[in-house]
Amino acid sequence: MRDVAIIGCGMTKFGELWDKSIRDIFVEASLKAIADAGVDHIDSMWVGNMTAGLFVGQEHIGALMADYLGVAPIPTVRVESACASGGMALRAGFIEVASGMSDIVLVGGVEKMWDGADVTYALSTASDQEYEVYHGVTFPGLYAMIARAHMHRYGTTREQLAQVAVKNHKNGALNPNAQFQREIKVEAVLNSTMVADPLTLLDCSPVTDGAAAAILCPLAAAKRYADVPVRILASAAATDSLALHQRGDITSLRAVKVSAENAFKQANLGPERIDLAEVHDCFTIAEICVIEELGFVEKGKGGEFTEKGYTALDGKIPINPSGGLKAKGHPVGATGVAQVVEVVEQLRGQAGKRQVKGAKVGLTQNMGGSGASSVVHILGVV
Amino acid sequence: MPVPRYKREIPQRYRLEASKCKSCGKVLFPPRLVCPKCGSREFEGVRLSDGGKIVTFTVIRVAPEQFADQTPYVVAVVELGDGVRITAQVVDCRPEEVEIGKPVRLVFRKIQEEGKTGILCYGYKCVLSSLG
Ligand SMILES: [Zn+2]
Repeated sequence: MRDVAIIGCGMTKFGELWDKSIRDIFVEASLKAIADAGVDHIDSMWVGNMTAGLFVGQEHIGALMADYLGVAPIPTVRVESACASGGMALRAGFIEVASGMSDIVLVGGVEKMWDGADVTYALSTASDQEYEVYHGVTFPGLYAMIARAHMHRYGTTREQLAQVAVKNHKNGALNPNAQFQREIKVEAVLNSTMVADPLTLLDCSPVTDGAAAAILCPLAAAKRYADVPVRILASAAATDSLALHQRGDITSLRAVKVSAENAFKQANLGPERIDLAEVHDCFTIAEICVIEELGFVEKGKGGEFTEKGYTALDGKIPINPSGGLKAKGHPVGATGVAQVVEVVEQLRGQAGKRQVKGAKVGLTQNMGGSGASSVVHILGVV
Repeated sequence: MPVPRYKREIPQRYRLEASKCKSCGKVLFPPRLVCPKCGSREFEGVRLSDGGKIVTFTVIRVAPEQFADQTPYVVAVVELGDGVRITAQVVDCRPEEVEIGKPVRLVFRKIQEEGKTGILCYGYKCVLSSLG
């Protein structure tokens, strides 16, 4: 296994990009990453995407993107793991470079959600079609059931959930690529439209168009391209039951816990060494459960930890400095790669007003479904 | 919904057919080919217990198209007597009456209506046991 570095990245602005197609945004993000890295060719490409088939009626997007980026005939495959597609694509690229199979690999993620498809239905296909969706449960509904169980068992409050949204909007306000660049108040979250009790509209990440890309190469060659190569210290993934009801404990995300434990083992460090993390806050409750599983806080205390400001930009462990899925936006298949883009910018010291001072080691956690897939990467500057 | 899929799922939706691992006794719903607990591949057919209690629940207010005319409706994770957990709607009550831990029993109901010419889809829902 060779050590692997990220030598360039790029992303589109996230939001409602009505005048751009899925191929436009993928190519835009990829060209930015290629320019950032200064590479003159790519050997191979991986495209994270959840469901272009349902969102825009287009499958086979690996080859399509290679064609429109002008890099055909290089091998390109679309990687799918619901909302964890982007993170899993990065993992595929990492494995390819680490193995010695290819040297310069582009990992992209893309989703075009504003082209008129039934978004609620498309997203619900990430859960168990036959035994969850059939009965009318939605994605917000599944996370709402996790939230209610967490509140019941640990005393987590509605206000604590809302604090996640407030904090992420505060960070998003500092991110020029974020879909929502404005702060919100706790009351606004509590008083917004109820989607699935106890979650309101402002507990949910938005519907977003966007793409992100990163260029990988062997660490040994990275200095040729980048002043500050970012090393991939760990890449770990894990799975769990697709159906929420089939998990032993509704408030636990076993796939997140296992992927994190394996990542920490690979990187040979613990959660106390992480300077910042981009985690999968598709709903406010998700961020609370994830920071518990990652070991930043004891199980059940995630709400209180958030309320005390420990996850804020200037807190003990800044969580989602980019604004997270909540404020930056959540183009599902692009999210895992966009998380990496944020951590790379932070580690290079290029995150502008949302820079976490002295950041040396960062973590990304990307989740699929109601927790059936999780992929964790740990990145560090050498 | 494609007819082959609907027909294939009838044993579970109409008759609550489950399977019990001959090696460790775990009841699986829907039936599987491999026991997730012990890895055994031998099962006997059993009928799912039709009584249980609410583990967690939500009230769906924004629904996919084929459920839009039912909002708001309650969906819960329910643990049945044999340890099996399922997702199902809780009906014949006001959302405020639903609480974690409350006993429920399964009843046979229409679940969804597909489009203008689609088939009616049936299956199990829950009612609060206190209602008799
Ligand atoms: Zn068994």
